[in-house]
Amino acid sequence: MTVGTVHDIRVVVNGTPRAVRAAARTSLADLLREQLDLTGTRLGCEHGVCGCCTVLLDGEPVRSCIVLAAQADGHRVTTVEGLAGPDGSLSVVQEAFCDTHALQCGYCTPGMLLAAHALLERTHTPSSGEIEEALGGNLCRCTGYVQIREAVALAARRLAASDAQASDAPASDGQAGRHG
Amino acid sequence: MAEPGPGPEPGWRFVSRPARVREDRRFVTGHGRFVADLTPPGTLHVALVASVHAHARIAGIDPGAALALDGVVAVVTGAQLAEDTEPMRQYVDAPGVAWRPLALETARYAGEWVAAVVATSRAVAEDGAELVEVDYQPLPVILDPERAQDPGAPLVHPAHGSNVVVHREFVWGDVDGDFATADGTARLRVRWQRSATVPLETFGVVASWDPDGGLLEVWASVQMPQFPDQLAHCLRLATNRVRVHFDVDVGGSYGTKRGIKHGVLAGYLARLLGAPVKLVEDRAEHMHGGDFHGPDRRFDVELAYQRDGTITALRLAALDDQGAYPSRSVLQLAKPVGSIVGPYRIRSVAYRATGVLTNKPGQVAVRGFGQAPTNYAIESAVDAVAAALGMDRLELRRRNLIRAEQFPYRIPSGTTYDSGDYHTVLDQLEAAGLAALTERRDQLRAQGLLAGIGVATCLEPSGGNATFEQLLHPGNDKTTFPEGCRLRVDADGQVIAVIALSSAGQAHESLVATLVGEELGRDPADVMVVRADSLSGLPSQSPVGSRMAIMLGAGVRGAADALKRKLLAVAAHNLGVGTDGLAYDRGDVLVRADPARRLSLQELALIAHRHAHRMPPGMEPGLEALHVAQVPGGGTLAAVDGSVAMYPCFAFEAHLALVSIDPGTGQVAIPEYYVAHDCGTMINPQVVRGMVLGGIAHGIGVALYERFAFDEHGQPLTRSFMDYLLPSIYEVPHLRDLEHHTPSPLTSHGQKGSGEAGYMGAPAAVASAVNDALAAGGAAPVQALPIGPADVWAALRAARRPASGGPQ
Repeated sequence: MTVGTVHDIRVVVNGTPRAVRAAARTSLADLLREQLDLTGTRLGCEHGVCGCCTVLLDGEPVRSCIVLAAQADGHRVTTVEGLAGPDGSLSVVQEAFCDTHALQCGYCTPGMLLAAHALLERTHTPSSGEIEEALGGNLCRCTGYVQIREAVALAARRLAASDAQASDAPASDGQAGRHG
Repeated sequence: MAEPGPGPEPGWRFVSRPARVREDRRFVTGHGRFVADLTPPGTLHVALVASVHAHARIAGIDPGAALALDGVVAVVTGAQLAEDTEPMRQYVDAPGVAWRPLALETARYAGEWVAAVVATSRAVAEDGAELVEVDYQPLPVILDPERAQDPGAPLVHPAHGSNVVVHREFVWGDVDGDFATADGTARLRVRWQRSATVPLETFGVVASWDPDGGLLEVWASVQMPQFPDQLAHCLRLATNRVRVHFDVDVGGSYGTKRGIKHGVLAGYLARLLGAPVKLVEDRAEHMHGGDFHGPDRRFDVELAYQRDGTITALRLAALDDQGAYPSRSVLQLAKPVGSIVGPYRIRSVAYRATGVLTNKPGQVAVRGFGQAPTNYAIESAVDAVAAALGMDRLELRRRNLIRAEQFPYRIPSGTTYDSGDYHTVLDQLEAAGLAALTERRDQLRAQGLLAGIGVATCLEPSGGNATFEQLLHPGNDKTTFPEGCRLRVDADGQVIAVIALSSAGQAHESLVATLVGEELGRDPADVMVVRADSLSGLPSQSPVGSRMAIMLGAGVRGAADALKRKLLAVAAHNLGVGTDGLAYDRGDVLVRADPARRLSLQELALIAHRHAHRMPPGMEPGLEALHVAQVPGGGTLAAVDGSVAMYPCFAFEAHLALVSIDPGTGQVAIPEYYVAHDCGTMINPQVVRGMVLGGIAHGIGVALYERFAFDEHGQPLTRSFMDYLLPSIYEVPHLRDLEHHTPSPLTSHGQKGSGEAGYMGAPAAVASAVNDALAAGGAAPVQALPIGPADVWAALRAARRPASGGPQ
C-alpha cells in the first residue's frame, strides 16, 4: 500500500510562516494537530459535517478535516490559538463566549469561535438570521445554541459600540479584535 | 437571559450569584486537554476491524497482509484477547452472555469489533485494518425484539438459551381495583426508537504500562462509575495497579462515555506491546461499534381516570431492544421505578420491564437513564386522557399534580419526593408563554400551515444512588454511592479542593470553588480545584444521575465544617479563649467579646503546618479534611414488592412548545418554545441554564430527527452525520426559560440536579405539539419518536381517506 506523494508546504499559521512536509493524504487538521502541535482544532466527524475542526483559510471558514494540508500551501491559516493576543488577552468573541457561558464541554467551541470571528470580520451589526447562517454549519451538543447566539450578539454589540466610540478617530481596521 | 427568579438566600455571598465559569477560559483559548491531544512519546495507535455481518461465525482471521505493511506492529484477535482478559461485567443474571472488546468466535452485530490493528500512526493502522482478512460464516439475524421472544427465534447468545435477558413485574397498590372502578381508560402503544447522546468527541483512551512499578496508567474520556475497578478486573490486575487520570477534559457525554471495552483493549495492548497505546474512535466506530446506543423501547401504557380528570392508576409495560450486549444499560428499565408516576398523584401502578437481545449494537447509559422514554410514554397517555375527556391539557395536569403542601410525598413504588411547587411553576409557564404561543399558532394556521401547542411536565430525579440496580438483580446489593471532597489549606493559608472525577462540561471546578468559597467565606477565585487520579484520590462515582451539585455540596460542607473545627481549636489554644467564645469569620477566628483579637487563616495555617509548639497537645499537624458524603435518604434494600427509596431529590420542569407543519411536505418546525424549571438552588445560574436549554435541544433531536436505522439484514443505515441528524442552530429556536426556586430540604444549599430535565420533557412536549397540530388537521396522533416528515405526511394522508379502514 502506498501513501502517495510527499509535499513541501509553506503556510502562514496564526501569523507565523511555517515550512512543513506532509503526505498528500494528510488533512489540514492532522497537519495542525500532529505536526504543528496546535491541538485546539478538534475533530468531531472527519467528514465535514460537524464543524468542530473549522479554521480560517485566508479569513474564510473551512473544515480542516476535508481540506488537504497541501491545499493550504501558500495560504494563511488562523486557528483558535490565533484568536487571543500574545499576552493572553482574549478576543471580543472569546470574552463574549465566557460572559454568556456559550459552551459546556468546549469541544465544538474553537470551531464556533472561528465561524463567529469570520462573521464579525464582515459586519458588526449581524441580524439573527446572519448569525444563524454563520453558525449553521457548526454543531453543538451541549448548549442548545441559545447562549451561543447570545455570545455572538453580545460581541457584535461591543464591536459596534467601539466603532461608535472610534468614529471620530481614524478608523481602525475593523477587525473582531481584542479587548485592550 | 432567563427570567429572574427569586434571588439567592440572604447572606449567601457566592452561591446562586451570576459568575463566570472558570473552565470556559481554557476552552475558548483552545487549551482544553482532551484525550486526542495526549500522545506520549512512542505511542502506538489502534484501528479496528469491524464485522460486516450482523450475525456471523468467525471462521478465521488472516492478519498476514496487514502485518506485512510497514508500520503495523500487531494484529490482535478476539481469541488472543480472551486468553488474558475477563468478559466485562453484566448487571443482571444473564448466564451465557459474555461481552468482550473483540468478538470471540461470533460477531453479533454489524460494526462489532473483531480485530485490532496497532501501528505507528492511526493512518497506517487504518491501512492495516483494511488488509485484515476475516472469514465469516453468516448466521440468521434477529432484529425485532417482539419476534426475538418467540420459540425458535435465532438466539443472539445461544448459551443463554433465550433472547430475554430480564423480565420483572411489579404491582404497587390496588391496580386492578382502580381500573375496575374507573370512569375511563386511556390505552396506547408508544415507540421510542433507538438513538443516543452522540457527543461531538468520540470515545478515546490512552493506556501505558509501567513494567517497573507494575502499574497501568490510563487517560480516558470517561464518565463511568467504577471504571478503574472494572478495568482492573477485566485485565486480571489488582485494583491498585490501575491508575485512571481524571484531569482529562471529556468532550460531551450525557451518560454515554463508558468505554470500558475500549479501556480493556488499550490496557491489554499497552502491556502486550510495552508501549503507550492510543485508541480514539472515528465517527463510524463510535456510531456503530462502540456499544453506545441508547434505549430502544415499545411501551404499552394504560391510565385509569375518573370523569373529573383524576388519574388513579397506571399500567406500564416496557419492552427494550437491548441489542447484543446488555451490561449496565439494562438497568435503564429499573431507574424509572423511582419516579414511575412522574409528578402526578397516581395511587396504584403496575410495571412490567422486559429486556431482549437482538443483533444490534449494545446499549449504554443515556441522559436520565431510561427516564426520558418513560416520561414520554406517561405524558402521551396523559394527553390521550385529555383528548378523551375533552379537557384542556394544562388543566388535566393541574388536577393531578402533587400539591406543594403534600411534600414530602411517597409514591407507590417506595420513593419519597423531597419538595416541589409544581402548580406555581406551571402557572408561571402559562402566564409567560401560553397567550403568545396561541396567538402565533393562530397566525400560522391563517397562513395555511398546521400548527399546534405541546404541553409536558417532567421530573428530574437527582442525587443518583444505585439502589435501582437490585430491582432487576438481587445480586446488585449496593446501597451507597458515596462521593468525596478533600479540602486542604497550605502553610500560606491558600485553599485547595480535591475531587476525583472527570467532567464533560458540567463545570465541576466552578461548582466546587463556589461551594468552598461560600462555606469557608473565601473568594472562590482564590480556591484552587484539582483532580486527583483514581489511586491518589477519594471515593467518587463520577457525575452520573444528576448527583454532583448535591453530593459535592455535602462533601464540601462536611470537609469545611471539619476544617473550621480545627481552626477554632488551634485558635482557642493560642488565644487562650475556649472555642465557645470564638467565632469563625471568613477564615479568621476572632474572640466574640473582643473582635479585634483575631488570628487570620494564614496565621492559623502556619501554626498547623510549622509550629508544633503552638498546637494543642496531641493534635495532628497540617490542615486538611476529607468528607465522604452518603446520598441523602436511601441506604436500604428493596422490599419484597420491589418498592425502594431511590433518588432523594426531584427537580420539576414544565414545557410549552409551538410547532408548525408544512402540510405539503410534512416538515415540522419549532418557532417558539418556553420552559419553566425548578431545581431548587442554582449554585451557578448560567451553568444550570445551559444544561436545561441543551437538554431541550437534545430532546428536540430525539423527537424529530435522531434515529439509528438498520436494513432488514441488520446493516446500519446511519453511520455518519449525513444520515444521523443532530439538531443544528436552525432546528433549535431561541428557547425562553424561567426559573422557580423550591429548595430541597435534604441538601447543603437547597440544590437539586439539573443536567437531565430538559431532555426528560422536550421529547414529550414536541410530540404533544405535533399531535395537537395533527388533530387540528383531522389526523390521528403519531405515537413514535422520532416523528419524521414521512410520518406526518402519512398521518395527514390517512386522515383524508374514508374513516372505514385505510391503513394508518
